[in-house]
Amino acid sequence: MNRHDAKGIPHTTPRQSATFTQDINSDIRRAAATGIYDIRGGGAKRKVPSFDDLLFMGASISRYPLEGYREKCETSVTIGGLHAENPIELDIPITIAGMSFGALSGPAKEALGRGASAAGTSTTTGDGGMTPEERGHSDKLVYQYLPSRYGMNPDDLRKADAIEIVVGQGAKPGGGGMLLGQKISDRVAEMRNLPKGIDQRSACRHPDWTGPDDLEIKILELREITGWKVPIYVKVAGARPYYDTTLAIKAGADAVVLDGMQGGTAATQDVFIEHVGQPTLAIVRPAVQALQDLGMHRKVQLILSGGIRSGADVAKAMALGADAVAIGTAALIALGDNDPKWESEYNALGTTAGAYDDWHEGQDPAGITTQDPDLMARFDPIEGGRRLRNYLKVMTLEAQTIARACGKNHLHNLEPEDLVALTMEAAAMAKVPLAGTDWYPGKPNTSY
Amino acid sequence: MQTIDLTEIGLRETNKTLHAQSKDTNQTAWEIVNPRGSHAIACGLDAPIEVTVKGSTGYYCAGMNQRATVNIHGSAGPGTGENIMSGKIVIEGDASQYLGATGHGGLIVVKGNASSRCGISMKGVNIVVQGSVGHMSAFMGQSGNLVVCGDAGDALGDSCYEARFFVRGTIKSLGADCEKKEMRPEHIEILKGLLDEAGIDADPSEFTRYGSARNLYNFDVDNAGAY
Repeated sequence: MNRHDAKGIPHTTPRQSATFTQDINSDIRRAAATGIYDIRGGGAKRKVPSFDDLLFMGASISRYPLEGYREKCETSVTIGGLHAENPIELDIPITIAGMSFGALSGPAKEALGRGASAAGTSTTTGDGGMTPEERGHSDKLVYQYLPSRYGMNPDDLRKADAIEIVVGQGAKPGGGGMLLGQKISDRVAEMRNLPKGIDQRSACRHPDWTGPDDLEIKILELREITGWKVPIYVKVAGARPYYDTTLAIKAGADAVVLDGMQGGTAATQDVFIEHVGQPTLAIVRPAVQALQDLGMHRKVQLILSGGIRSGADVAKAMALGADAVAIGTAALIALGDNDPKWESEYNALGTTAGAYDDWHEGQDPAGITTQDPDLMARFDPIEGGRRLRNYLKVMTLEAQTIARACGKNHLHNLEPEDLVALTMEAAAMAKVPLAGTDWYPGKPNTSY
Repeated sequence: MQTIDLTEIGLRETNKTLHAQSKDTNQTAWEIVNPRGSHAIACGLDAPIEVTVKGSTGYYCAGMNQRATVNIHGSAGPGTGENIMSGKIVIEGDASQYLGATGHGGLIVVKGNASSRCGISMKGVNIVVQGSVGHMSAFMGQSGNLVVCGDAGDALGDSCYEARFFVRGTIKSLGADCEKKEMRPEHIEILKGLLDEAGIDADPSEFTRYGSARNLYNFDVDNAGAY
């Protein structure tokens, strides 16, 4: 490179803007070329304060650990015992989050059911109704009750082991769904009562209730229809966790599912995913506070989701007061989504393994987020189920390892006192001390 | 006729009794007295029985109905007949908002008026209103028929898919992507059948048909203002 001009004056180093980055510039060029916002799947990709910013302290002279492999560390959890005749009993506190048939292929839904059942946990339907392969392969199936009510019918409702009223999801608090025409196959169109091939929009609000008073009546109706047998969860996005948890409990929920902004979606505007909602780390303590203030902690269960990836994340969620967690994106990766073995095909789609997020376009090389028969045929639901089971088992073992190191004989006995934070932000959000101090921002009775 | 005093035995026992009726029950005629506007009366029925509620009802009466006929001798609260699958609901008085929301099948008849969002997200249900309907009726309606013998409020059929709307009176405004359609002989036949089934004496030729212009079926930047 010529470092001087003709007069011998040195050139400055070409400098990229921190504001107009190459990523941002590509967004602008894409918008200018198409005239429509970018739609993608997945959750927030931006870096936000997370469970990675927390550490367990482990045992010491004042806290003695449990012996690995010899002393038991329980993992079971009961969900929905407050009002339901038949609460859900799970062997592990890691559930599979709602993902629709439509967004996912039938075999992928089957694999989720197989894997969850083999690991002793539940799976969840999504915005597309209940499929026979999912019900048939899921020992415990949670039926989502969504604003669109696609495929909603009382027969399936009564086949469910629990009902989850979806008010919002972490990727898009206040947003509805969309499923582009490429994925509206004959079967999807029939289940959703829609013309084939259209770009389908899902409503963002329920069609027959608004607000907490109506929600209480809606829960009453669902309980009456199902004979008060199954638990009713309320799923909310990480928007106003203290108030949303309070209102859900007062409306009569058996469990609250709280989804942070790292939680995935099948398809939403990128601007929505990245700029609306709160990080999972920030929402758990306010929700637990709401449960405690109402005397409902451990009576109404809190299921936390949004970017849960490992047993460490599970343990941290439990330590902050959650009763269970839910995984979605991580489960898809366990099934084979974004696997580098499809790298050449990801490249052909203009992306790379790990970054593929155009789930709504139905061209998933892994055959998971598609309705294309040829691509679907690449995915083996039995093998997928086995992989998911393995992953769930590993996460559980990891969480147990940490809990034992903290001297806990049940994952639920993990507590905030076991944690420290690596950053001021994480300390403030999790309300645990900054590592090396006994202080966190906002700690009561401290000067600042 | 079996009579249930709702105030005396409570909602749970009332619905439990009705749910216990099998598909071939010989106890087909039921009467509920003293409903006092209670919510979720006779919801989730799944037997060919006829239930008459003597008075007005609260939210979600006859919600998710299958096979049964439910008569409401009064006015009906929000979400009456929501997600109805089959059977029939007849409301002698007026109906509040969200009537028949997301209904998949069956027939709902309103002798009075229906409020806003009547037939919202309807997915196959037929709704016949002898009076008028409020704003945003049949919003995102997917399939089925909404018959309005009176007038319709603002934004009828907004963002609708393949549902049909027949209105005899005036329309305050049509919603996004909803347009006036030609009334062909097959539509006259459909409408005549619905009016007959609803027991309403009206001349089908006086109605106008509305439905989706299908301009929003696939995203197009030139329609961005309508989304």
